[in-house]
Amino acid sequence: MSIEVTAVRKTFGDFVAVDGVTFAVRDGSLTALLGPSGSGKSTLLRLIAGLEAPDAGRVVIGGADRTDTPARNRDVGFVFQHYAPFKHMTVRDNVGFGLRIRKVPRDRIRARVAELLELVHLEGYADRYPSQLSGGQRQRMALARALAVEPRVLLLDEPFGALDATVRKELRAWLRRLHDEVHVTTIFVTHDQEEAMEVAEQIVVMNEGRIEQIGTPRDVYERPASEFVMGFVGPVTRVGDAAVRPHDLDVRTTPAAGAVEAMIERVVHLGFEVRLELVTGDGLPISAQITRQAAEELELRNGQIVYVRPNRLLRAVA
Amino acid sequence: MLLPLSAVAVRSMDGGLSGFWQAVSGPEARSALELTFLISLIVVAINALAGTLIAWVLVRDRFRGMGTVNAVIDLPFALPTIVAGLTLLALYGPRSPVRIDVSYARVGVAMALLFVTLPFVVRAVQPVLMELDRDMEDAAVSLGASGRQVFARIVLPNILPAILSGIALAFARAIGEFGSVVLISGNLPFKTEVASVFIFGRIESDNVTAAAAVSVVLLVASLLMLAAIGAAARWGGRHEL
Repeated sequence: MSIEVTAVRKTFGDFVAVDGVTFAVRDGSLTALLGPSGSGKSTLLRLIAGLEAPDAGRVVIGGADRTDTPARNRDVGFVFQHYAPFKHMTVRDNVGFGLRIRKVPRDRIRARVAELLELVHLEGYADRYPSQLSGGQRQRMALARALAVEPRVLLLDEPFGALDATVRKELRAWLRRLHDEVHVTTIFVTHDQEEAMEVAEQIVVMNEGRIEQIGTPRDVYERPASEFVMGFVGPVTRVGDAAVRPHDLDVRTTPAAGAVEAMIERVVHLGFEVRLELVTGDGLPISAQITRQAAEELELRNGQIVYVRPNRLLRAVA
Repeated sequence: MLLPLSAVAVRSMDGGLSGFWQAVSGPEARSALELTFLISLIVVAINALAGTLIAWVLVRDRFRGMGTVNAVIDLPFALPTIVAGLTLLALYGPRSPVRIDVSYARVGVAMALLFVTLPFVVRAVQPVLMELDRDMEDAAVSLGASGRQVFARIVLPNILPAILSGIALAFARAIGEFGSVVLISGNLPFKTEVASVFIFGRIESDNVTAAAAVSVVLLVASLLMLAAIGAAARWGGRHEL
């Protein structure tokens, strides 16, 4: 189902968590709410779920105004940051909870739970308790629990936040595939731009309770709408007045039109890439990222003078 | 710890096993023990409910004077029990300013025990409730649970071990309570005389064996409660993440 959020505002005392936010996601899409902590993204997610009531604005899900619908009647699947497992219940009872509340017959619950555990690769864990699961397994259980009631939309709050780096990477790809399989409209919150780019079709960048930009991963990376987005979604370096991504710099050893002269302070080998820490005659730092091959061809070393020229400028669109 | 306890146990056996049995099954001793256990059960049941409710309000609500209320809960812990007894007698005795006279009645005994055992369940449940993951409740709500269902299926199972542990502590305290009861109960045999007062009376009339025998019954009950508290704690922690 589509989700439309219109002029939503939420304050906690003097703190404005969400400050007049409007955006829409279409049916079946996968959207990331990206922003630093305290930017209001989690609050916005809770407002959509009905776990918080907005001070102003409307929340429309599947064409129906749900602003005044209590959370328990919104049919929204919610996966909490720390998964909120019902620790006194087995995995089976956790996943079947929503169905038991809906008084679904016992045998149907059993069948549906088995189906979901297969979907999240937790077959064989049905009789375990959450305390006997790893972080990644708890997260998948929470996902199965949310999906069990066939929600209209699925909301995930920092779904990978509490996991270690390798598990995170695996789960990202897995979530992406799961979405292709289940096809429920999904919004997830993250503060990790790489995660947002890798998983989402659409990114909503938030800062200080407001939306900075809505666009595809490529849009927000290549055509950031503000200085904030520019800096938040990727590295930025300045060459003269121009802001540029470090990998969008041409580095050569001979002068060229429009190129800035700089000295190499440090060559940092990052595997397939090489980062150059440069400094101009005015003492301004520039950071450039080039391929290992290019670096080898140029035979770069510390103290060498090079000429850098942006091949693609970043400009705030707005 | 164990020395005085075993001394009492040995003393209770002065007249052999049959002497022990005779002492505890004598009509007055039996009546006192039955009254003690019955009233303690009732009192603890009431305080399990009231204590859970108070703990809930203290953890989940914000209101003016909450700090004071929170502090006052512990008063029965700090107050010398005989002072509590005197206060109760002044408030609910023959010259009650609120015209409620429960002195020399079983209700009076119950009121005294309710007063002294109130903090146990509150203080057992409060920290567990504070630690309870609120997201669990939100998760249940988002899955369609009503407020009542959230309480019955999520909150209660998680605080039940703490409630039981509080109940056990309160019960152990109630069966041995002396100071707060002795004044208001009037100590009428077969009516308001509780076990502890019975023991005191036997000592006064130099029947040490009978006193020790009834003491042993209370002692065993207390030890059972202690075991129950341990079991409740283990049970409560069995699924900790």
